[in-house]
Amino acid sequence: MEAIYDVIIVGAGPAGLSAGLYAARAKMKTLILEKDRTGGQIVGTDEVANYPGSIQDATGPTLVARMVEQAESFGAERVKAEVVGFDLESNVKTVKTQKGDYKAKSIILAMGAHSRKLGIPNEKELTGKGVSYCATCDAEFFTDLEVVVFGGGDTALEEAMFITKFARKVMIVHRRDTFRAAKSIIEKAQKNPKIEFIYNTAPKTFIGEGMVEGVELENLETGEVTVLKADPNDGLMGAFVFIGYLPETDLVKDVVTLDKTGYIVTDELMQTGIPGVFAAGDIRAKSLRQVVTATADGAIAAVQAEKYVDALAE
Amino acid sequence: MIILDKDNFEAEVLSRKGYILVDFWGEGCEPCKNLMPEFEAMAGEYQDSVAFAKLNTSQERRLAISQRVLGLPTVVLYKDGQRMGECTKDSANPEGIKALIESHL
Repeated sequence: MEAIYDVIIVGAGPAGLSAGLYAARAKMKTLILEKDRTGGQIVGTDEVANYPGSIQDATGPTLVARMVEQAESFGAERVKAEVVGFDLESNVKTVKTQKGDYKAKSIILAMGAHSRKLGIPNEKELTGKGVSYCATCDAEFFTDLEVVVFGGGDTALEEAMFITKFARKVMIVHRRDTFRAAKSIIEKAQKNPKIEFIYNTAPKTFIGEGMVEGVELENLETGEVTVLKADPNDGLMGAFVFIGYLPETDLVKDVVTLDKTGYIVTDELMQTGIPGVFAAGDIRAKSLRQVVTATADGAIAAVQAEKYVDALAE
Repeated sequence: MIILDKDNFEAEVLSRKGYILVDFWGEGCEPCKNLMPEFEAMAGEYQDSVAFAKLNTSQERRLAISQRVLGLPTVVLYKDGQRMGECTKDSANPEGIKALIESHL
């Protein structure tokens, strides 16, 4: 007979790894399924300064490596397999993956969110050719070149500062006249001599054959359209997009309740509407999406999953 | 697995008769590090038809840009030195790379 896990955790970011740690430590038979990258969005982050205990040299990857080690030390199994479907409503729940089906008594959905795209012409064609969503992956290419960054939140400003380690100039283009990032981050960015700010402006289309050579911008107050062109001596420029996230809820959208922006609605015990199915981390409707809230969600979900599985046995 | 740099790129890739698949990766790129073992596993599977190579773009930035690679991970398929197609970002995974190879072999 095939193994039935006590809990399958889908997603191996901070929420999933924290759930894995708590579940395995509670002696639950625990499986963590991950798609292509362990750690989720946080591995794209160069500096993690606001997770309690992660001081000085903590980066996304080092923090995640420790979380993985900790979860595995208590016996959580990890399998790399892309989930293609769920059967969540029976008592024994099935997670269908490209490597076969896995069964469990309870499920924790921790698939997180992925970067939102601008949705403008040439964005797709020029992805990997100047358009990027990952500064730690791609900033190096723009050493001594000019870069434009789209967005106005913490991520946009922090990543813009990271890019200044390589680029000679970074222009932050934001739709509004004020940033929604934390004050301390805004002040730090404003002090950075390599950063320029362009307010009330949105991109209309990327320009370039095979590489980003410029971007057409629209001033949202005046309607004026201008072209931000790469320096002719450079011939190309970088364009980094940090305009928020979309939840990975496509596979569960018909079975669990989502809010109007697509995030999973839970109660404070991380329960979805389906008994034995929990959600944790960025995939959940909540006010603050940070590593610290993701790990808290994971812990709560694992403890509730344990209670649910224990009650089934009685 | 062929390790590429600016000294052997011409001979190994652009002057090669037949197929070669090049994994452009970088030292700070976590998705690249996740892809690498899977890319290496695929090399065995296609050893009779496609050469497999990797290029560290952190060391060879100009060479990568000359190949119009400005985002990681990117996997490019060449045939007889001509660029046939590529997988980048979301498509740079084992399924995407297999689909790229199968569509050209």
